[in-house]
Amino acid sequence: MGMDRRNFLKAASGGTLAASCVPSVQARETRTMPEGAVGLLYDGTLCIGCRACMAACKAENDLPPEFNEIEGSAYWDAPLDLSGRTINIIKAYVGGDSDRKDTLDGYAFTKLSCFHCVDASCVSCCPVAAMTKDPVTGIVSHSKEACIGCRYCVAACPFGVPRFTYDETFPHIAKCQLCRHRMAQGKFAACAEVCPTGATIYGPVKELKKEIARRRALAPGTETEFPRGHIGSGDTHIAPIANYVDHVWGEKEIGGTQVLHLSAVPFDRLDKKPLPDVAPANVSESLQGRIYHGMIAPLAFLGALVFAAKRSAKALGEQGEAGGTDAGDDRKGE
Amino acid sequence: MAGSDAHPAPAPMGGRLITPWTVFLGLLALIAVFFIGKRLIFGIGAVSNINDGYPWGIWMVFDLVIGAALSCGGLAMALMVYIFNKGQYHSLVRPALLASAFGYTLAATSLFFDLGRYWNFWHVFWPRYAQANSVIFELAVCMTAYILVMWIEFTPTVMDKLGMQGLRRKFEKWLYVFIGLGVLLPVMHQSSLGSMLVIFGPQINPLWQTPLLPLLFLISCLAMGYSMVIFEASVTSVGFRRPLERKILGSIGLVLKWFLIAWLIARFADLVWRGALDPAFVPGARSLMFWIENILVAIPLFLLWTPAWRGSPQKLFLAAVAMALQGIIYRINCYYTAYDTGDGWNYFPSLPEVMVSLGFIAMEILAFVIVVRLLPVLPAPEPSPNSAPAS
Repeated sequence: MGMDRRNFLKAASGGTLAASCVPSVQARETRTMPEGAVGLLYDGTLCIGCRACMAACKAENDLPPEFNEIEGSAYWDAPLDLSGRTINIIKAYVGGDSDRKDTLDGYAFTKLSCFHCVDASCVSCCPVAAMTKDPVTGIVSHSKEACIGCRYCVAACPFGVPRFTYDETFPHIAKCQLCRHRMAQGKFAACAEVCPTGATIYGPVKELKKEIARRRALAPGTETEFPRGHIGSGDTHIAPIANYVDHVWGEKEIGGTQVLHLSAVPFDRLDKKPLPDVAPANVSESLQGRIYHGMIAPLAFLGALVFAAKRSAKALGEQGEAGGTDAGDDRKGE
Repeated sequence: MAGSDAHPAPAPMGGRLITPWTVFLGLLALIAVFFIGKRLIFGIGAVSNINDGYPWGIWMVFDLVIGAALSCGGLAMALMVYIFNKGQYHSLVRPALLASAFGYTLAATSLFFDLGRYWNFWHVFWPRYAQANSVIFELAVCMTAYILVMWIEFTPTVMDKLGMQGLRRKFEKWLYVFIGLGVLLPVMHQSSLGSMLVIFGPQINPLWQTPLLPLLFLISCLAMGYSMVIFEASVTSVGFRRPLERKILGSIGLVLKWFLIAWLIARFADLVWRGALDPAFVPGARSLMFWIENILVAIPLFLLWTPAWRGSPQKLFLAAVAMALQGIIYRINCYYTAYDTGDGWNYFPSLPEVMVSLGFIAMEILAFVIVVRLLPVLPAPEPSPNSAPAS
């Protein structure tokens, strides 16, 4: 009989574990872009590296300047990377001479700020819903008030976007929220608003994608109008089309993002290493969903455990009081 | 008489509480308290080397991920005695449970101070904030519940000491529910310590990133749990000059052997199935750490292979140490070796960070020593003047 029970338990526990640990094919739906999703288009070939977007970003988001010793900047803001005080940065790729822009043997610019993923890892992994994705605009925003500072988002984000202020007594997470607070005033992302060349423009993702398709369809060298500020602003300037690489960064990465990049230099040279199309949030939530779906498997397992524990406790009781009830009393005086 | 050959009754150890050893442990604990004070006043950055590339330092990975796994002795023994009905191991349950209870409690305390915004910690348990898709949510709820369950499971020991037999008998009627929970909860969160990495996706090297992470972490924690039971029993026996329960430990060695085989099958079947074994043959730190991890499974497997070798306390002890080390290296590999957030990021724990972790271990050992001296936890040494062998 003892054997039977053991085998039953082995089968029960083994079965539960096996079922729960097998990678699921489609346990959770893949998230899709909200209809009214808004975002940014950054065309590195238009960027002149003036960093006006960084200055505007800091001003509009109340972020302090960062000095660094490499540039010897004791008086002006010169961050080298995103940080708890810098949520948007323009970086340069240097491959050769400064008279050749957007070639591998020349130089190129790139931008790093939150990509506002369709299926964001930070939203999925935050234990206290401090990271949320707006169901209408798709903006991924962060609530300091809710945050416990576990830094799971910092560790999980494949783009390395959320950052933390480790040197503060009361630290917090910092990341781009697409100037969500300015939208209430009828304004849009500050970085796009101030960009003098339209390298960064703001707009509905659908419109941004149309604009991307238009630019990619034109032959390199063709003179064309580029909007400034936001899509449909009417403020445009004329410049030649660059020789784009056949890749829109953010179109498929991690299940797609609302911030899209164009470049004439391969993205892996711009600190953007290849990423899979599958959202890790989807894989993780599917796996957890499999194991804990309706708490059925854990409760069934608990039932089997309690049943077995009751039988064993009885058996122990027959051998002698479980745990030696009386003996403890006898030795109290030792 | 309650004591029998199968499971000698537990009794307080007695003896002095203040010894050079306990004073040393106390000092280590005080140093940790000092650095935690510094962390609270000046921020985590003032004592820790963590950064945006490695936001989780040793307080998270060593104290929580590894500490909780090393504290799996309680789970391992509860599983054996109460679930698979092996009453002869009963004498090992209480010490294992106590060590686990302290281990988990301190892992949770350490994690609390690792939280940047610790004053908000209760949000995890609050419906308005709690986010059930997060693996950390599952971990927080499940580990807190387990800590409570372990201390409840431990109350009979206190009742024994206080002679509250009536209350104890009533309590014992319900104890099996807590025993069930005491197995379910660690199974859940130990696997979650692996699941936690799944969302890191491509940032974890394919040698370690797999949907099988929860199963691997579960097998590994049980193997570590049985190793720690052997380790703790051996150390307790030497440290307190008590006879070693050689026969029982040998049988635990056999259980451990099967867990090692299960581990190897799961680990390599997964690697072959995913076709992810290639990075293991690319020379470098990653492949080196991968093979160290596997050699540390092979060593205990070899040492535990024959019954004669399992009967040797030295071989058993070595096997247990190798296996515990393997579990530690596996977790370090998963959380650091395999983790790649891009170029230019480095992390090595600072001295204050290490002192805090050491201080927590010191507190744990100190508390264990005090409790086993005052409460009936360890089996009374045989032969004992107070217990005539029964049966």
